[in-house]
Amino acid sequence: MPKEAVVSTHPLDEVLRADRLPHIWCPGCGLGTVMGAFARAMLASGIPLEKHVVVSGIGCTGRVPGYLKVDGFHTTHGRAIPFATGLVIVNPELKVTVFSGDGDLVAIGGNHLIHAARRNIDLNVICVNNFNYGMTGGQLGPTTPKGAITTTSPYGFPEDPFNLPHLLAALGAVFVARWTCLHVRQLEETMVRAFHKRGFRFIEVLAPCPVGFGRPNDMGEGLDEMWFYRRQAEYDPQAALEMLEVRMHKDSKVICGVFVDTERPTYMDNYEKYVLSKVAGGKSSAA
Amino acid sequence: MGKRVLTGRHFMLGDVACAEGALAAGCTFFAGYPITPSTEIAERLARRLPEVGGHYIQMEDELASMAAIIGASWAGAKAMTATSGPGFSLMMENIGLAVMMEAPCVVVDIQRGSPSTGLPTLTGQSDVMQAKWGSHGDYEIIAYAPASCQEMFDLTVRAFNMAERFRNPVLIMADEVVGHMTERVVIPPEEAIERWERPRPTVPPGEHFLPFAAGEDLVPPMPRAGEGYRIYVESLTHDERGYPVMSPEVHDRLVRRLNEKIRRAYDQIIDYELVGTEDAEIVVISFGSTARSARQAVRIARQEGMRVGVLRLITLWPFPGRVVEELSAKVRAFVVAELNLGQMAREVERFTDRPVFRANHAGGMMMPPELILASIEEAYRDAKGSRRQYASIR
Repeated sequence: MPKEAVVSTHPLDEVLRADRLPHIWCPGCGLGTVMGAFARAMLASGIPLEKHVVVSGIGCTGRVPGYLKVDGFHTTHGRAIPFATGLVIVNPELKVTVFSGDGDLVAIGGNHLIHAARRNIDLNVICVNNFNYGMTGGQLGPTTPKGAITTTSPYGFPEDPFNLPHLLAALGAVFVARWTCLHVRQLEETMVRAFHKRGFRFIEVLAPCPVGFGRPNDMGEGLDEMWFYRRQAEYDPQAALEMLEVRMHKDSKVICGVFVDTERPTYMDNYEKYVLSKVAGGKSSAA
Repeated sequence: MGKRVLTGRHFMLGDVACAEGALAAGCTFFAGYPITPSTEIAERLARRLPEVGGHYIQMEDELASMAAIIGASWAGAKAMTATSGPGFSLMMENIGLAVMMEAPCVVVDIQRGSPSTGLPTLTGQSDVMQAKWGSHGDYEIIAYAPASCQEMFDLTVRAFNMAERFRNPVLIMADEVVGHMTERVVIPPEEAIERWERPRPTVPPGEHFLPFAAGEDLVPPMPRAGEGYRIYVESLTHDERGYPVMSPEVHDRLVRRLNEKIRRAYDQIIDYELVGTEDAEIVVISFGSTARSARQAVRIARQEGMRVGVLRLITLWPFPGRVVEELSAKVRAFVVAELNLGQMAREVERFTDRPVFRANHAGGMMMPPELILASIEEAYRDAKGSRRQYASIR
């Protein structure tokens, strides 16, 4: 009989709050995978863990910071970005990541998203897009594909969804990427790259939500959606931004890659140049 | 570096005095959105904060402004925003977040005629109940009502100190008249200004630390983001570790502590002013600019031989109920004068068995002393028994 292998440690013990596990996410959900990639990326980044801060809004993705052993804030619905804006302005040494869902960031928090990107606030935004409101049981959201069935679009969603990389590129985000939960290595590597950039960075991660979105839309279980990503995902960082809409039809492509990687002065750079240079004293130290 | 404290005698706009009070108290972060009649606070701080090493940011709306000051507070800053009724409504949800996250911060509401867009440039006092009850859930708030430009300065300093001491949002519930009038303001020397700081952890990062475990005063010590405590701060009901717990027992314990830390500090928080109440048969209760009209009404009433005094509420919340109880033993009736249709009058009634008369106007002008005088005369004439009298709304 093979001997049972008991290990007393896990490679992510240093970054996970093991006393909070198991997590609340459903079987087949993609969030554990994204969080795992993020945890490994934090370790790989070489940035001291005490400098990492993770801020979220409300929803399934909003629960991520509660499982990470770094400073974390679970705020109100839609307000993670302005909360994080206050944090990082007062202490620009912090590495602040906003980790939230499509509904939180793009619907109720949409105004904050566009303004933080315009300002080029030094924030790393990870938007887990599962095409619906999972926590409340599968309602339509601003990324629900046209025609998709949700509990509040029982006849099919009649609206056009956001194409997030296109939107964020237009807003001036300095780093815009998309992967799916299948692309664990690429995602982790992209997160590390994003950690080492300054300014407003945005990573969209497509994730299965079998309970809220997969089943009513014939995507099947979580694993089936992963197979879908395996079949349909295409790496094309040069793709025209307007072609990046995600339709989630059985024959539609899911285009992935880092679409934008550029530089422009951050909010704090501009603040120093246009404001602080004109007052006696110079450097800001709001803390 | 510019001067943080503008020590000296000034002829200063109320809103500007509020901004200077914030600076004197140690405010280093302001996030706001322009709205009449509070805009001068933002304008002043946009100019002054960068001069003293602080930061001003104009956000996209009041939802963002309120969220940003809570984030700033957790990064270690003394943070403030300022608004008026419509923006105050938008801030409500995140005022609850500041209560739940125990983030010290100051919110200034320069009240105008309401509801809705109402009278943007004209005064009102109809947000005072919203100040207490506007965010969902059971919570205690601290609110001050300045009645002069000097108090715009003094009470803003005090608001910051109270916010830090109790780790709670503190409100300045001023009105347009006080915000937009110009009076003498004396700013003391910097060393004479009392500045309180939030309680801080006594154990170093890395050691066992329960971020939401409080001592006797029920106010837990507050680390800063990035200090190494690696804390988790929740808007959900949480236990002493900060972890979300969906349990009725933990919920009841948390909500009671959040309320009780303010309630048991009543004596430290409450402030009011009594004028001519020693021999008074009728006491007019008022606050903000309306208290100035009440003073004038009482002067006239005294000249006419009526024994009347004024209780000016400086703290609105927690409500100074004990002083109303004490006065109840001595007076025949109260008149509550306020620029709304009778909000604080209801609170007064909870603390007295004497009749409570009302002097109300929905707002748009400073309260005419004659209107208060008429209620004083009515009270003098009619307050014989202890049956509550409901004067018609004028």
